[in-house]
Amino acid sequence: MFQFENFDAFIAMGGHGPYVWAAYGLSLTIMVWLALAPLRRQRALLAELRQRLQAQRQRGQS
Amino acid sequence: MWQWFHKLGSPRWFYHISGKFLPWLALVSVVLIVTGVIWGLAFAPQDARQGNSFRIIYIHVPASFLALAGYYVMAAAGAVGMIWKMKLADMVMVAAAPLGAALTFIALFTGAVWGKPTWGTYWIWDARITSMLVLLFLYIGIIALSRSFSTRETSARACAILALVGTVNIPIIYKSVDWWYTLHQPATIKMTGAPSMHPDMFKPLLVMILGFYCFYALVLLLNTRTEILLRENRTTWVKELAEPK
Repeated sequence: MFQFENFDAFIAMGGHGPYVWAAYGLSLTIMVWLALAPLRRQRALLAELRQRLQAQRQRGQS
Repeated sequence: MWQWFHKLGSPRWFYHISGKFLPWLALVSVVLIVTGVIWGLAFAPQDARQGNSFRIIYIHVPASFLALAGYYVMAAAGAVGMIWKMKLADMVMVAAAPLGAALTFIALFTGAVWGKPTWGTYWIWDARITSMLVLLFLYIGIIALSRSFSTRETSARACAILALVGTVNIPIIYKSVDWWYTLHQPATIKMTGAPSMHPDMFKPLLVMILGFYCFYALVLLLNTRTEILLRENRTTWVKELAEPK
């Protein structure tokens, strides 16, 4: 059952709102970043490798 | 058994197999954590003494669990890498360090903002909090150490030794609330006996803990795959990944 009378009460958390929302907000932001950072890094690594291989081939041709 | 062990030690095989697990692991983590967050924030009853600030437990306890379990993962991977010279184990060790550091930070941060309305202070040099801070420094030390050597073998060895020595801290963290009865409350969940918590409050916590375990496995696999791409970029199979035909 929903524990709060309305949405404002849910945000206020009986006066503990800032603490609760700060804890959840920062933690979930860090977790999203933890999952996305390696994916971005992998894309960057593969792109870098692709460029290096292309550069090698060009040097080989000329 | 040994064949299996060798296969598991092959970065290529690991990259291939982990790629199949990733989408499912991601899906299960998101479903469990979203369910747990909504349940914990809006539907679990509030604590009679602490009011709504107690809802921070649904992040604080799972993050602390995985910060500690993650240290064992890192130390065990370091030991396997050192004893059997398994490259993949070294990569897992390096992958586990930043993840463990982030979870320890989350545990400390959520603990601090929970402490303010409950104890009246963000920080106190209580035994449990101090030993968790030591854990954060151990993780950071391993990240720094892994980047400070020019050869991978020396680096892996040094990190594994530091990780193994640091395991001394883990039982201290577990037992700190019993040995020094200071400010931090005793464990909510014990391996033996029933949890000291109402089932309506406990169920969402269980969902969050499961979600955090899946999330940990997900990010550990992702970080390990990054390490594989970084270290194996001279092999044909990684070159083919970069330039699919």
